Amino acid sequence: MTMTASTPPSRRARISAPGLDAMAPFIGAVLLIGLGSLAFPQLLSATYLLQQMQIAAYLGILATGATLVVLLGHIDLSVPWVLTGAAIVSTSLVGTGDPTLAALAIPAALAFGAVIGVVNGVGVAFLRIPSMVWTLAVNSMLLGLAVLNTGGFNPRGEASAAMTFMATGDIGPLPASFVLWMALALALGLMMARTAFGRYLRSIGFNEKATYLSGVATPLVVIGAFVLAAMCSAFAGVLLAGYANQAYQSMGDPFLLPTIAAVVIGGTSILGGRGGLFGTIGGAMFITLLTSILSIMQVDQAWRNIIFGAIILAMLLFQSLRRRAG
Amino acid sequence: MTQAPLLELAGVTMRFGATTALDNVDFACHGAEIHAVLGENGAGKSTLMKLMAGVLQPTQGAVRLDGAQVNLATPAEAVARGIVCVFQELSLVPDLTVRDNLMLGAPGSGLLRLDRSVLGAARDMLDRCGAHQIRLSSRVVDLSLAERQIIEVVKGLIRKPRLLILDEATSALNTTVVEKVFDLVRVARDSGTGVLFISHRFHEIEALADRVSVFRNGQNVRSFANGTHSYSEIIDMMVGQRIDDLFPAKPTTDAGAEEVLAITRLSTEGGLSDVTMTLKKGQILGLGGLDGQGQSALLQSLFGLIRGQKGGIAIGGEPVQIRNPKSAKSPEIALAYIPEDRKTEGLIQDQSIAENLELPALGILPAGARAEGLFRPSLDALELKHGGLDKPVASLSGGNQQKIVLSKWLALKPRVLLLADPTRGIDVKTKTQIYQLLRQLADQGTAILLLSTDYEELIHLCDEAHIFYDGRVVSRLQGEDITAHNIVAASMNLPMNEANHA
Amino acid sequence: MRDYLRSNQREVLAGLVLIVLLAYYLATHPSGPSTYVMTIWANQCLILALAAAAQFFAVVVRGIDLSVGAIMALTNTAASHLLDGSAGQITFGLVAVLALGVLCGVINGLLVVYGRLQPIVVTLATASVFVGLALLLRPTPGGRVNYDLADAMTLDVLGVPTALIIIAVLILCVWLPLRRTGLGVGLYAVGSSEQAAFQSGINVRLIKVAAFGLAGLFAGMAGLYYGFVTTTGDAGIGPSFTLNSIAAAVLGGVLLRGGVGSLIGAMIGAFILKTIASLMFFSGIPSLAQPLFEGMILALAIAIGGAEVLRLRNKLEVFGR
Repeated sequence: MTMTASTPPSRRARISAPGLDAMAPFIGAVLLIGLGSLAFPQLLSATYLLQQMQIAAYLGILATGATLVVLLGHIDLSVPWVLTGAAIVSTSLVGTGDPTLAALAIPAALAFGAVIGVVNGVGVAFLRIPSMVWTLAVNSMLLGLAVLNTGGFNPRGEASAAMTFMATGDIGPLPASFVLWMALALALGLMMARTAFGRYLRSIGFNEKATYLSGVATPLVVIGAFVLAAMCSAFAGVLLAGYANQAYQSMGDPFLLPTIAAVVIGGTSILGGRGGLFGTIGGAMFITLLTSILSIMQVDQAWRNIIFGAIILAMLLFQSLRRRAG
Repeated sequence: MTQAPLLELAGVTMRFGATTALDNVDFACHGAEIHAVLGENGAGKSTLMKLMAGVLQPTQGAVRLDGAQVNLATPAEAVARGIVCVFQELSLVPDLTVRDNLMLGAPGSGLLRLDRSVLGAARDMLDRCGAHQIRLSSRVVDLSLAERQIIEVVKGLIRKPRLLILDEATSALNTTVVEKVFDLVRVARDSGTGVLFISHRFHEIEALADRVSVFRNGQNVRSFANGTHSYSEIIDMMVGQRIDDLFPAKPTTDAGAEEVLAITRLSTEGGLSDVTMTLKKGQILGLGGLDGQGQSALLQSLFGLIRGQKGGIAIGGEPVQIRNPKSAKSPEIALAYIPEDRKTEGLIQDQSIAENLELPALGILPAGARAEGLFRPSLDALELKHGGLDKPVASLSGGNQQKIVLSKWLALKPRVLLLADPTRGIDVKTKTQIYQLLRQLADQGTAILLLSTDYEELIHLCDEAHIFYDGRVVSRLQGEDITAHNIVAASMNLPMNEANHA
Repeated sequence: MRDYLRSNQREVLAGLVLIVLLAYYLATHPSGPSTYVMTIWANQCLILALAAAAQFFAVVVRGIDLSVGAIMALTNTAASHLLDGSAGQITFGLVAVLALGVLCGVINGLLVVYGRLQPIVVTLATASVFVGLALLLRPTPGGRVNYDLADAMTLDVLGVPTALIIIAVLILCVWLPLRRTGLGVGLYAVGSSEQAAFQSGINVRLIKVAAFGLAGLFAGMAGLYYGFVTTTGDAGIGPSFTLNSIAAAVLGGVLLRGGVGSLIGAMIGAFILKTIASLMFFSGIPSLAQPLFEGMILALAIAIGGAEVLRLRNKLEVFGR
């Protein structure tokens, strides 16, 4: 069994095949469609599936960003109002009617996300405030800013053609939003696997102190991850504004818990380090399908809540028990 | 011996997955006897203790208490039967007060009642250890490691155990305190308590034990009365082969060697005052003294971990500012720091050996397979045993983990190596390997600052030893002057001559 | 005393802040410091204080309970069905509502301990289930809580707001005695170092389930008291209370890493949050700017708590244990 010291380090250690934890939500999604189609054959139609891919992209982009933060061992509760804020920023700029400002809508929304990401990251990395509390406080400040700015009414403005296309258009046979989501996940996935930043991020999730003592500028890595996550939230805000052709108060609130749920049922440990972006794709698809099928079945809100919670619990228990058995 | 032993293991085997930690072990300990257990790391001592304390249950074999078979499923059950273990990893709750900790899990305490009657006895024992300064209302987190170890032992003793297990329980204590703690243990022994004692310090075992058992590779090699075998015989039993000399030969120091690190009047708030020292190429400089007198503060300051320091640091004659570990490891400065706690500070237990090795070098050295050659020399020199570099570092024993910590830094070819007690709790064989490697590095020109709580290391390994007291260097010992006597005297800030007369 | 201050400095500081805020509030209130003003203030504070107390029990064992608001919604809607009729029926109703809270908490605890899941994800999922059940009980706000009982619990006794008396009773008759039992010490032990607690012979699993059960009990009390204040049941009250209960506990010196803080501190934190909100209401700040100010004050308070890390001499200390 024991080898000598000169065995080369295996490359598998870095780019490992997705485990069963990451596969579970994909399997779950297939089961949902399979079983659901017995009662509702329209679930198997291309139209329905493409539509779900488009909708899943909004949650998927949010969850992709959130995964980075969770891998660090933190959590970002400012998702709802970063999303809403970015939607307000972009639609207001387009609403001015000035073509220059309208062209700046998307970059401005992303820059807004980046700024909030820095605020989040600085509080967590330098002031050492627990991310759960700090991002919550940032979220309520953003809410306050939005109320002050818009007077509590839905902000005026509209989506640009580019925003509408990204949210609802098609690239070839696929929804544009889905393509953008996949491109984003792939880019961030490569970053996690290939760059020092990605390696540091995961190391911090496992043990921040040892990573710092290995001579890593850990605060910058933490801030970087929060910036990327907030930019993902902002991007999702832009897409949702494009989808609805407007921004509206509290448009982000319904997304917070599904985002966290998508990350954890995708097999990423809420404690940090373990997991990855691949599972999150499945998590977002699973949750989108579950919500959609419950609404097709015309289950009322009370039972939707109960079934939603019970299924997420069941998936988590399944993963946990399997891990214990294995 | 007609009476059944107090606690007996018969044919006990313990497996963790593919690893066999204990292999068909027979072992017995008796009341009113201090029984020392010796062995390299990975020999199975800790597993043995954990079986007896109810933390683990054997894969095979029987545990007998007073001749009757028992099943110790949890620590609570073991305690209820009078078996109390003082663990190597501290079992004190940091955020609770000393008082709460002492009552926690005491025999008279349950979910409802807390037994306050133990507190008087505990105060008395603390005073007898000279620990008058420890208040029962202090939180454990505010105490030093040494103070915590004393409380840990007292917490064990006030439970009036039939069998007290001390697992490296005195590793952070200095010689005088250890003596006082031993007195308490002897009192317990004389009143009938059996004591099981694990230590890597030979002189402690010699001073305390009535009986000695040696473990190797998960087997009980031999049990014998203390004093019937010499040190070197015992070491032979532990390693299974002869180690003629623990320490490599000390070469004569090269007085003209180039100066690598110069520290001028370095002070930190509440840590160091006015420390000045120079370190030359190829020199091993030892830092000694009682626990927490500024030795660790010095290493941490050099690695950019202490805010608000005054004074100068120069590397190779150039004054430098070391703001954080990242700047400390940069090629212009090239320091490496091996922290005291390898488990939580030196390594990321959940990641693989390879990932741990590469972490400091990422972004400085080429990543991946090309870098692998960089780790090989030091891993080979340390004869690392592992089951593949992609295995989690947690699968390695303590000694082997320390080899990884050293290797991950050596790939960066540091000019100065800062070592915080690198051999604490490490078995003899690994110790010698580390000593050889350090000497070899010094010969190749690396300068080494070695903090050590083991004065044998200061004497036999270091070219120079600086002894700290209250944040200052009170004594600089060189060559023949580095003796146990001088080190102990300087540690207590006694002038050497007075100490000689005392 | 010195040791007490050293170990509880955050809590003591929060207490001082509350005293200053309260004095300012009473001094600047348009109608002056009257029993009526005090009663309204205390009632609002007590609801959040109970929610924060619930959060404290989960957090002290290094957990978190995102279902505090959902349990409040469920117990509140249950109360709107059960708390009317004869004295016997009402008594049964009170016991049933609190038992429901405990049951919810114990379910959380069992899932955490025996399902080996992280508290944050467990309570996220159970919160969805509890809100669903609350919606089954009350699809729209309504129902009724016995007015006499509600009045008795939300007015005053000889000029002292009943809400403050309830708090005093909870602290003196529940919290302080509990703190001196093995369970009380065990909660801190498990949260501070689970390994150390286990090796000291503590039944870690039992303590954790008990902690979540206590969290459920206090969340149940919060839902019940919400019913007394509004005399109706509403399944939609949850979300803001969950997040505010965490903020309140942290403001009151409870550390999210477990093992540090107290029920008193969590309650003080809740009082501070609510007092700030009330101050804002009378302060003359334009109403549109109030949410922003509230958010900024919360962020500032938390950031000041965090700023002490900048003074730490040893950078390793910030990583905690």
